[in-house]
Amino acid sequence: MDLLTLLQVFDSTVRLATPLLLACLAGLFSERAGIFDIGLEGKMLAAAFLSAAVAYTTGSAWVGLGAGIMASLALSGIHGLASITFRGNQLISGVAINFLAAGLTVVVAQSWFGQGGRTPQLTGSARFEPITLPFAEALRDIPVLGPIYYELFSGHTALVYIALIFVPLTWWVLYSTRFGLRLRAVGENPAAVDTAGISVVGLRYTAVVICGVLCGIAGAYLATALQASFVKDMSAGRGYIALAALIFAKWRPWAALYACLLFGFLQALALRPDVIQSVLGFKVNAQLLDVLPYILTVIILAGFVGKAIPPRAGGEPYVKER
Amino acid sequence: MDGMPKWADVVLIPLISLILAAILSALVILAIGESPIEALMLMIDGALGSTYGWGYTLYYATNFIFTGLAVSVAFHARMFNIGGEGQAMIGGLGVALFCLYIPWPHWSLALLGGTLGAAVFGAAWAMIPAYLQAKRGSHIVITTIMFNFIAAALLNYLLIGALKAKGMEPATEKFRETTHLPSFQDMFSFGETALFRGTPANVSFFVAILACFAVWALIWKTKLGYEIRAYGHSESAAKYAGISPTKIIMISMLISGGLAGMMAINNVQGEAERLVLNAVEGAGFIGIAVALMGRSHPFGVFLAAILFGFLYQGGAELALWTKIPREMIVVIQALVILFTGALDDMVRAPLERMFLAAQRRKKGAA
Amino acid sequence: MTTAPAIELKGISKSFGPVQANKDISIRVMPGTIHGIIGENGAGKSTLMSILYGFYKADAGEVFISGTKTAIPDSQAAIAAGIGMVFQHFKLVENFTVLENIVLGAEDSGLLRPSLARARKELKALADEYELNVDPDAVVEDIGVGMQQRVEILKALYRRADILILDEPTGVLTPAEADHLFRILENLKREGKTIILITHKLREIMDTTDTVSVMRRGEMTATVKTADTSPAELAELMVGRKVLLQVDKKPARVGDVILDVQNLNVTDDKGVHRVKDVNLTVRAGEILGIAGVSGNGQSELLEVLGGYEKATGTITVNGVKIDLTGAKSDGRSRRARGIAHVPEDRQREGLIMDYHAWENVAFGYHHEPKFQRGMFMDNAAIKADTVAKMERFDVRPPDPRLEAKSFSGGNQQKIVLAREIERNPDLLLIGQPTRGVDIGAIEFIHQQIVALRDQGKAILLVSVELEEILALSDRIAVMFDGRMMGERLPDQTDEKELGMLMAGMTKEDAA
Repeated sequence: MDLLTLLQVFDSTVRLATPLLLACLAGLFSERAGIFDIGLEGKMLAAAFLSAAVAYTTGSAWVGLGAGIMASLALSGIHGLASITFRGNQLISGVAINFLAAGLTVVVAQSWFGQGGRTPQLTGSARFEPITLPFAEALRDIPVLGPIYYELFSGHTALVYIALIFVPLTWWVLYSTRFGLRLRAVGENPAAVDTAGISVVGLRYTAVVICGVLCGIAGAYLATALQASFVKDMSAGRGYIALAALIFAKWRPWAALYACLLFGFLQALALRPDVIQSVLGFKVNAQLLDVLPYILTVIILAGFVGKAIPPRAGGEPYVKER
Repeated sequence: MDGMPKWADVVLIPLISLILAAILSALVILAIGESPIEALMLMIDGALGSTYGWGYTLYYATNFIFTGLAVSVAFHARMFNIGGEGQAMIGGLGVALFCLYIPWPHWSLALLGGTLGAAVFGAAWAMIPAYLQAKRGSHIVITTIMFNFIAAALLNYLLIGALKAKGMEPATEKFRETTHLPSFQDMFSFGETALFRGTPANVSFFVAILACFAVWALIWKTKLGYEIRAYGHSESAAKYAGISPTKIIMISMLISGGLAGMMAINNVQGEAERLVLNAVEGAGFIGIAVALMGRSHPFGVFLAAILFGFLYQGGAELALWTKIPREMIVVIQALVILFTGALDDMVRAPLERMFLAAQRRKKGAA
Repeated sequence: MTTAPAIELKGISKSFGPVQANKDISIRVMPGTIHGIIGENGAGKSTLMSILYGFYKADAGEVFISGTKTAIPDSQAAIAAGIGMVFQHFKLVENFTVLENIVLGAEDSGLLRPSLARARKELKALADEYELNVDPDAVVEDIGVGMQQRVEILKALYRRADILILDEPTGVLTPAEADHLFRILENLKREGKTIILITHKLREIMDTTDTVSVMRRGEMTATVKTADTSPAELAELMVGRKVLLQVDKKPARVGDVILDVQNLNVTDDKGVHRVKDVNLTVRAGEILGIAGVSGNGQSELLEVLGGYEKATGTITVNGVKIDLTGAKSDGRSRRARGIAHVPEDRQREGLIMDYHAWENVAFGYHHEPKFQRGMFMDNAAIKADTVAKMERFDVRPPDPRLEAKSFSGGNQQKIVLAREIERNPDLLLIGQPTRGVDIGAIEFIHQQIVALRDQGKAILLVSVELEEILALSDRIAVMFDGRMMGERLPDQTDEKELGMLMAGMTKEDAA
């Protein structure tokens, strides 16, 4: 196998890891604040639909992105209302949000476009175009490094770079800022935050909003960068894989990047059975590659490879005594 | 805290939640330019207006009774089994293997065998998450979600591989004649008048009703049910009383998985008469809505399952005659889960205050 | 000229659902004093102070700080008004360092680093000033409760609190740690700070406060100068009538050894060695009382005997060894061996709060053949049994269909006692029998325990209330840091000696 094939696999790893990473970081903000979110999937799906619909109508991928974020935020609002204001069951709320998105996107898509629950194809500026990094063309001919820079680092859409920037940014916010300290505290012991004179509700809503924005970007990426339209159920379980990656990463930003790259790599391999065959000498079942993230997560959860301890107040609504 | 009478908790709150969900659904239908009233009439006519409609409504309801009971039993032990979908898929595999490879002489025996196969396979699929929860503290919600995906991949693998019948479709061979269950049409047609003509409702519906009674007796009349509920209310108290958490988690999840799996006698053995990809069609998830609406009580589950059966059949009619797609049902289902599950307190808190104020007034007057 | 009170509350009322926790309470606290608030469990002390700290919102009433009417809608407003509070259950983020906990909510800017640096400096100054030494980089879950309490005090001081509220601060402390705490409080008072001390311990009030307010059932019954009152008077104000903590009991007629514990060791899930080489025996017809500050291994001892904590060592009951680790080490097997158990925490362990009274009366015995009919439970038999038990133990209201949570603390405890005592056990384990129980029920419960002893049963009593231990026990053992500090006879010892043992000191140490 040559370098180019390898680079192609890595390149699609990055592209496939991007939505996972954005959703995973979204979940990280929410869960670090003590709000479990299994509704990542639904938020991505809603954002994917609305971003595609608006990008198609306006011809601008960026306006579509804004609309996608709005759609995701609306669902975040419901989740916040249910799990923060009304102290409901966060898991059940997440389930409801996933169904709401799965149903509404198709119902509305059918009503708007009448194409069986999908949006028309996006072309031109309605889609995020690959960006060629500076000197990529010029350096292309340098052996090894040139192609790596050109194929792997250059030529992604803006959203990929945004996602990657979010990793150090999240790390910095979490561990070096006042907000990060409070966010981590409210996920561990909301009473400590409350009695320290900080609003638990305010912090948690902020976290849920950040989660919504990131899921919105993730969804918009699916429909306007990775693909060129919205199709029914296009998130295809990525929200759950992101959740798995979050557990795999034990709720830490850098580890989240590695977990998402790993899961993205598995997805990339599943698309290239020829590569696996040439490397291993035998065929690996595509279904096995598809479920490997889930199996790995179960193994991590089982505590056979280090223990994944979620934020202590996670999943529990904050109720003062009595 | 007292204040609210029991009937309000059991009847009033679900009813208000349901009305809220209905209002929002109506708004969605309005927004896409259709009339909610007409839609409702169409649904009622299509789902309940003929034995044909009922034949489908009850067929769907049968699925939902099984998955709703599955979620309910787990709820009583304070386990959220979100894996009904996967357990039902694997239950289907159990039915398929039992029906394909055992030469049943008569449908009644095949029904027993199929039920057993479905329950055992469904329970087995719940066993690993249950074990990991009981012994390693791995969150059951996450593991059961993961197992849904693993189940789907496993079936996919088998249906394009080892179990695949000849032809293009990823499906097993048709089961043999003696395993076919009597449909409502077979059972309730007299002479010339064929009722339930061509509908998939079958004898499994009665198995589902039996399951309702069995779960009711289990939860409220037996030692085991007493222990399951005790554990669900308070793990620390259960330990004090000598009730083993491991045992309760395992048993309640095995029963839950078994019930979810048993759905397969309806959709696989009763309807398709072979195993196809995606045979469950989300019924495992609808079980969550059904259990929440039915307040985890078998009678409530039965009513909620009929309601969702109605929605499913009615929704299919809508898709046929209007521009409202089938997915509208998923929206309604989401709203029901939202209002009866996650936003429970939104409905409950004002009601509790109302009842409390009423009591105070009464006391003041007395 | 008169100085304005540091705090004045006027007409504070607060209800939780149907329960009124505070009724029209007014109180004045003068600056630079230590003001005690005393009352029984559930009298409404903590609620009142939580309102002052903005943790709960009052339904009615006004707050004046240094003479100025101040609205306190949340803790932020309380902190701004110079109020700090150390809750009974600490409000710390366990996996944060001491420094992070102190800075949380009082950061200087959006970036953490400068805040932490300043806090580190200030912490050093505070530590020197008030004897409040803590390691700023220690993780909170790794340090002891005494140290955690200091972190809470430092949190308040770091926020420049002039008024410090402490809610039952000595509940988890040894007498030595408590003395240290009171020295710190004296220092703070000398610096001009105002301190409000919530407690139900008379001795602390008499020793440390300048003025004391007494609360009873949500109402403020009196505020007096500590120097002008006596423990007896305060006790009477607290409970509303004279209390006799003297239990009438005949001399014990002691029989054979029922319970024999040898070399018992318990290590909990976190790897903490909770019970260390404990030996004890309880004979028929006697009450062995185990005294100690809570958290010194008594709870674990009860849990091992009750069958839901693992241990090493040997325990024999009626001369037969019981299983401490295997399949037979659960509550059910213990009951089968004639051990009944009234657990320390009836709401978390002894009862299912959402179960009806009748379901609770079978709890732990629900598998017994007399409660079965075929493959089902005989609910009618259980209900009949419940009616009889409720009558004998005077449970009010005597309605078996009420849920446990709708009974008062005393009546809940009577349900548990009825269930356990009526089993006619050989050995009764009983933890904190009168915690959160009203005075009337206390007498009744004590009589029942003594009556069981007089029937020749062995009783192991664990209580953090020394008075209760002294009143009931035939022998007293003291536990400290998981060890038995020694055994005393009640008529040959006193609170002072037991208090020293509870602090881990023997007479020789003190000399």
